[in-house]
Amino acid sequence: MLIKRPTDYLPSEITSETVYRRRREFVKAAAAGTILGATGGTARADDSGLRQLANVAASPLSTFEKPTADKYVTHYNNYYEFGTDKSDPVQHAGRLKTRPWTVAVEGECRKPRTFAIEELLKFPLQERVYRLRCVEAWSMVVPWIGFELGALLRQVEPTGNAKFVEFTTAYQPDAMIGVRLPVLDWPYVEGLRMDEAMHPLAILAVGLYGEVLPNQNGAPIRVVVPWKYGFKSAKSIVRIRLAGKQPSTAWEKASPREYGFYSNVNPNVDHPRWSQQRERRIPEFFARRDTVIFNGYGDQVAQLYAGMDLKKYF
Amino acid sequence: MQPTQGQIGALKALVFVAAVVPFGHLALSAIWFPDALGANPAEFITRSLGDWCLRFLLATLAVTPLRRATGWNWLLRLRRMLGLFAFFYAVVHFTSYVAFDHLFVVVEILKDIVKRPFITVGFSALLLLIPLAATSTNAMVRRLGAHRWRALHRLVYPIAMLGVLHFWWMVKRDVTEPAIYGVVLALLLAHRLVHAWREARSGRATGAHAVRPDGAGPEAQVPAPTQPAARAASGADSAALRSTDRSPA
Repeated sequence: MLIKRPTDYLPSEITSETVYRRRREFVKAAAAGTILGATGGTARADDSGLRQLANVAASPLSTFEKPTADKYVTHYNNYYEFGTDKSDPVQHAGRLKTRPWTVAVEGECRKPRTFAIEELLKFPLQERVYRLRCVEAWSMVVPWIGFELGALLRQVEPTGNAKFVEFTTAYQPDAMIGVRLPVLDWPYVEGLRMDEAMHPLAILAVGLYGEVLPNQNGAPIRVVVPWKYGFKSAKSIVRIRLAGKQPSTAWEKASPREYGFYSNVNPNVDHPRWSQQRERRIPEFFARRDTVIFNGYGDQVAQLYAGMDLKKYF
Repeated sequence: MQPTQGQIGALKALVFVAAVVPFGHLALSAIWFPDALGANPAEFITRSLGDWCLRFLLATLAVTPLRRATGWNWLLRLRRMLGLFAFFYAVVHFTSYVAFDHLFVVVEILKDIVKRPFITVGFSALLLLIPLAATSTNAMVRRLGAHRWRALHRLVYPIAMLGVLHFWWMVKRDVTEPAIYGVVLALLLAHRLVHAWREARSGRATGAHAVRPDGAGPEAQVPAPTQPAARAASGADSAALRSTDRSPA
């Protein structure tokens, strides 16, 4: 497992001091006019600029691997609503309107309701440093801030009929230049099985690197499911629907042969486009890391799939 | 417009330098400042090299239509270099993929080539380019004879098609970019079809490969009578030179 090798990195290092140093990096990079710096930093949800999130607790579920530098995490994004190039979101996501913002939680539950983003930010926040493995065979380590998805779902009291959870991403054609092309069936829809959604590792993230989530990373609130390929973690969500049937998801609709509903990180299930045996940790040159089943979270999540043929349910 | 030998030499040097710049930029950035190439410099390098390979392929294929449109036959003298740069970028593109993605593990590379159609077609294009590069010298043109040489070098058409297909199948969803390359290639190939069709028609009409109506054989415009190979090296389209090149058919 990837976790085994100890590093000299401490969880306490990742917030205040790192943020401080990172700003210096931005300034330097911007001055150098590099690709990573030229766009002038990150588009934060708030016009007031970089904003710290307060009262963030550490979590034993965090990995001790060194987080990928913020400049990479915020400048290399798949967020097709803002363009299909990974440098597009940081340039265009600034136009996303993140206030007012509500998330409707509905469907198979006793107390459906709509939450304002301000209410959601009051959930007890934790930092979760997670590995992120993209289906495109690259990976990062991201210090998310958020709360357990299950904590929100329990508030609406799911009924026994709730077998799946469907997430819908915002659709703002005026802001999202990418939705002009029918690249995917907009709005972006993703989904999880109920037990996956209730797993303590599945979170709703509202922050990154100690601060409010940048738009290009899915502001103001997004799903993070660290044992699945990145596209399963829907960004900028506006609706969570508890469903009896398996939702039809955006990538599955686009290419069912390539993107299954489960899409658990699995080196043994070959993808028609990319070998999933190894991965490239951003910003390294060589794809030298062996990909681990469930992205290294097997100890926690493997039992969710006991007895399932993971090649069939890929 | 007929530039002097010296001018053509200078132009060639200029094109050479310009063609090396993208590679130099990528290589130097990779060594000294990979951040300039983004968060995933290896992917950026592989893709840029692939882009440049396609661009040089299309540039090579643009020489003949451009020459016919402008009458600048000396453009042919840049073509070999453009073609060789297409090959160069294909080789470094492939090298960066086997190095960065596969750490030179041969079994893995072979599996990838067999399993993934976009890699199969890309690799095929690379293989097909090898004989063209190998026979690009004047000596090889002489050895093969102009006719066989031209026949061989018509491979560049399927190679370019495979190249665009490789790009098309590589992208996940948004095919805008490969479509642009595809349209340019289609136009360049359509030009040849139309030209061949006109040739055939005027050939039937006059009963032979005609002398140009103005009486001046286009051969006279080939600028290098002292280099017998240069004409042959102009490749698949030099046949066109011999006939009704710009006849108002």
